[in-house]
Amino acid sequence: MTSPLKRLHLKTRIVTAVVVLSNVLGNSFLSRGMQSVGELISPSPIPYIRALLNPWVALGVSLLIVWLLSHMALLSWADLSYVLPVTSIAYVLVALVGRFVLHEHVSMTRWAGIALIMIGVTLVSRTAPRATLRLAPDTIKPQHSEGQS
Amino acid sequence: MKWTLVTIIVLATTAGEVLQAIGMRQHGEIHDFRPGALGRVASALAQSWHILAAIFAMAVSFFAFMALVSMAELSFAVPVTAASFVLETFFAKYLLKEHIGRTRWAGALLVAAGVALLAL
Repeated sequence: MTSPLKRLHLKTRIVTAVVVLSNVLGNSFLSRGMQSVGELISPSPIPYIRALLNPWVALGVSLLIVWLLSHMALLSWADLSYVLPVTSIAYVLVALVGRFVLHEHVSMTRWAGIALIMIGVTLVSRTAPRATLRLAPDTIKPQHSEGQS
Repeated sequence: MKWTLVTIIVLATTAGEVLQAIGMRQHGEIHDFRPGALGRVASALAQSWHILAAIFAMAVSFFAFMALVSMAELSFAVPVTAASFVLETFFAKYLLKEHIGRTRWAGALLVAAGVALLAL
């Protein structure tokens, strides 16, 4: 049996990975699909619904739903000020996908930005996911799992 | 048009994620990831107006993002909308009253600086 704090960190890592991967893949597929759908600015919902029929867009949207749900789950135990920087590793992945999959040019400035994000993410991920005062009672004993309503 | 969409996305994302954080904090930590338990979580969350408002805001942000990527590159769209990062950290501190220690501040500032460099 591992300690509750270790389990909290492990659970946080796994769910963070799901949040980041679903975000990067979802946005990439959405972007690929929207480029073939063409420019979309319309007050009417019909062109949006038509765009959703594009398979790339549909795949992107499904992954973004996974992203929303896993993000909500992560926020049920982790601080927003923890989740924000840690999930920013997605920006690094988007740039890497741009460079190695889409063969976009990545400038020195961008590489510097990527390096800063990675150092920042490493620092934040070493703090406790929940540093607010409610930490102690909530993590030590597993309380209600489905909320009170 | 591009910048109007960026503004809508940043404001809607900030509102959506801060509301998500409030709603999920009220719900409490999710321990059980089996489908039945997750179903009960979903029905509890469907009764939280914070969560419903959050989902509405995320939907607004999503459709604006969809319009943005139809006219701009992903490598512009993703970093530029990260401006919400700064706004959200502000709300995390002053509205959600999160305790942000020195290491986390340092990390958050590095990430913000890095995202700004990506957006250049």
